[in-house]
Amino acid sequence: MENKVLATSSPHIRSNDNTTKIMLDVIIALLPAVIASIYYFGFDSIKLTSIAVISAVATEAIIQKILKKEVTIKDLSAVVTGILLAFNLPPSAPWWIPLIGSVFAIAVAKQVFGGIGHNFINPALAGRAMLLASWPTKMLGWENPAGVDAVSAATPLQIVKGAEGNLQPLTDVILGRVPGCIGETSAILLIIGGAYLLYRGVISWKIPVSYIGTVAVIAYIYEGSLLLVGYHVFGGGLLLGAIFMATDYASSPVTSKGKIVFGIGAGILTMLIRIFGATPEGVSYSILLMNVATPIIEKYTAPRVFGGAKK
Amino acid sequence: MSSKGLTFRGGIHPPHFKKQTENSPIEEGILPKEVVIPLHQHIGAPCEPTIKLGDYVKVGQKIGDTKAFVSAPIHSSVSGIVTKISDRSSPTGAKVKSVIIQVDGNQEISEEVQSKGDLNKLDKDEILTIVRESGLTGMGGAGFPTHVKLSPPEDKKIDILIINGAECEPYLTSDHRMMLEFPEKIILGTKAIMKALGVKNAVIGIENNKPDAIKTMKKAAKKDKNIKIEELRTKYPQGGEKSLIYAVTKREVPSGGLPMDVGAVVQNVGTVSAIADAIKTGMPVVERVVTVTGSGINKPKNLLVKIGTKFQDVVEQCGGYTKDMSKIINGGPMMGISQHTDEVPVIKGTSGILVLNEQDSQIPEPSNCIRCGKCVDVCPSGLQPLMISKNSLLRRFDEAESYNAMDCIECGSCSFICPSKRPLVDAIRIAKQEITAKRKKN
Repeated sequence: MENKVLATSSPHIRSNDNTTKIMLDVIIALLPAVIASIYYFGFDSIKLTSIAVISAVATEAIIQKILKKEVTIKDLSAVVTGILLAFNLPPSAPWWIPLIGSVFAIAVAKQVFGGIGHNFINPALAGRAMLLASWPTKMLGWENPAGVDAVSAATPLQIVKGAEGNLQPLTDVILGRVPGCIGETSAILLIIGGAYLLYRGVISWKIPVSYIGTVAVIAYIYEGSLLLVGYHVFGGGLLLGAIFMATDYASSPVTSKGKIVFGIGAGILTMLIRIFGATPEGVSYSILLMNVATPIIEKYTAPRVFGGAKK
Repeated sequence: MSSKGLTFRGGIHPPHFKKQTENSPIEEGILPKEVVIPLHQHIGAPCEPTIKLGDYVKVGQKIGDTKAFVSAPIHSSVSGIVTKISDRSSPTGAKVKSVIIQVDGNQEISEEVQSKGDLNKLDKDEILTIVRESGLTGMGGAGFPTHVKLSPPEDKKIDILIINGAECEPYLTSDHRMMLEFPEKIILGTKAIMKALGVKNAVIGIENNKPDAIKTMKKAAKKDKNIKIEELRTKYPQGGEKSLIYAVTKREVPSGGLPMDVGAVVQNVGTVSAIADAIKTGMPVVERVVTVTGSGINKPKNLLVKIGTKFQDVVEQCGGYTKDMSKIINGGPMMGISQHTDEVPVIKGTSGILVLNEQDSQIPEPSNCIRCGKCVDVCPSGLQPLMISKNSLLRRFDEAESYNAMDCIECGSCSFICPSKRPLVDAIRIAKQEITAKRKKN
């Protein structure tokens, strides 16, 4: 034993999991919806997604360089933020919209607070909220996807809320053959992505199920029709939000009960906005509001300590 | 992995790494030229030497003792001359007063070593005396003096004895091999403890990745209706005392409490096997089964090693180190302590000597906590390791305490599972030390 031996504290083994693998799983889970968005919205989708991803990654790298911190773009979290931001844009958005959105998401919502894990709100949703507040007309320019020949290009939720237009068949809504943000329309592919994340243990069922379940229950009470519940669940940004945005680790509770509370809260807020709000959709703002409530939710949903420790 | 078997909340599924030694029968360890026997191998008061420099000692002769209740005497594992009594490094990490004996090779057995006869003729107090005088301590690794565990205060009524055959630490197979090779000793030892405690029921819990051990133990316990063999789900830390009690009885040891608070006593299979020896042959604890394994060992083995044999001598018998060896651990990879030198001796709590090569020794660099919550999901104590760690690193120890840091059993599941490779347990240990220091001050 001539060499010096390494002495470290236990445990001496680690799981194979790492942040990059988790983010790669999220990207894989988003791929079916990316492909669908390209199928439905063509070059617009490719353009918006690439600009969003490249700007997000570049912003992260530049800020970390300026701050002389370790550049962590290899963890792929900025790629996820870029894709999610693009998914929240209408196909007609001009090229600078994803650019500004990504810079804001990474610089303001993420890096200012300390980078990955420290963002108290979902960066992509923060970017979207900023864009929507600044350029509302650019953010609401709906188009019919390829192969759909309809007079109006209103989203299903707009029509449910009383806008002009023929309500699209529910099967089209589930497949994604409806106007909407480029990544939110294909319900079925988002669900497949979610199933993959569940299988890989990246997310738990708790937030998506409690969120979607709450929306479905309130929608049924309000609309009184199972068919319209279908539009509320599949027709807007709910699935994208519930599966991919509300489950953002940094901005949602780590506790089991907290995840359920978070999902129910987001569901209630979403339906309040959809029913009483000025806009037909409320997923983004609901998640952002619940993000802000996360610390307090965690405080009151601490797991029961084995052996019942006193507080 | 089978989802059958009794279990607890939380936990992890580390790779088993047991293939290397699980089918290797226990071999006799070679007699070294010199042994180093620490006089403090247990939790509690250290012993003082009962022999002098230059004395000739025999196998099984008492060489250290104390009047303190929470302690256990120390015996010589060899015959030979005491050449030195001085402070030496112990695998627990401390410098401990140790007796160094030049081995003469005759292995002459001490007159003190006498069979205690038939268990049926021994009463409770006699068994307790045998246990105390044999220097028995928890051989799973913690090293708590056994006779103390068997002497609960009057107001604590014990109704179940649980024998820990979980062996949930990866790599280790010493308990597994003992169950396969000395099942009748384990049954005899179990009966002795049942008698000492006055309990009617005992359960031997074994993880279901050891079906052969479950089968062997069931066969050995066939005649004893009061000893039940229970299959445990293979999950770390199944062999943790609190996890095991919960799995078997569904009772939760209260926060800050002891197993006796829920009427249970837990003993490791190695400990009960040693009790059988102490009764049958009268031989105190002078040797133990050690799994010598890992990517840094040429020929992994299960060895019956004399207490006091230096790690380097044990490793030599296992074909030596590989060229790229890099880390030596006393115990398993989850809770074992890595060593600065291989001159430390095997002690009563050394269940394994794990040597890892360079690649396996590397601990990846930590990155930001991404708050994935996996540490919360796996914590068997129901804690939020990320919050305790965060507060500990900010030196906010009161806040760490409010997150119940003191309930951490330091099993390491959180550090294992963390995708950001954060040293969560390290930070929690610091918080625990600070909280303990503060409590002492007040």
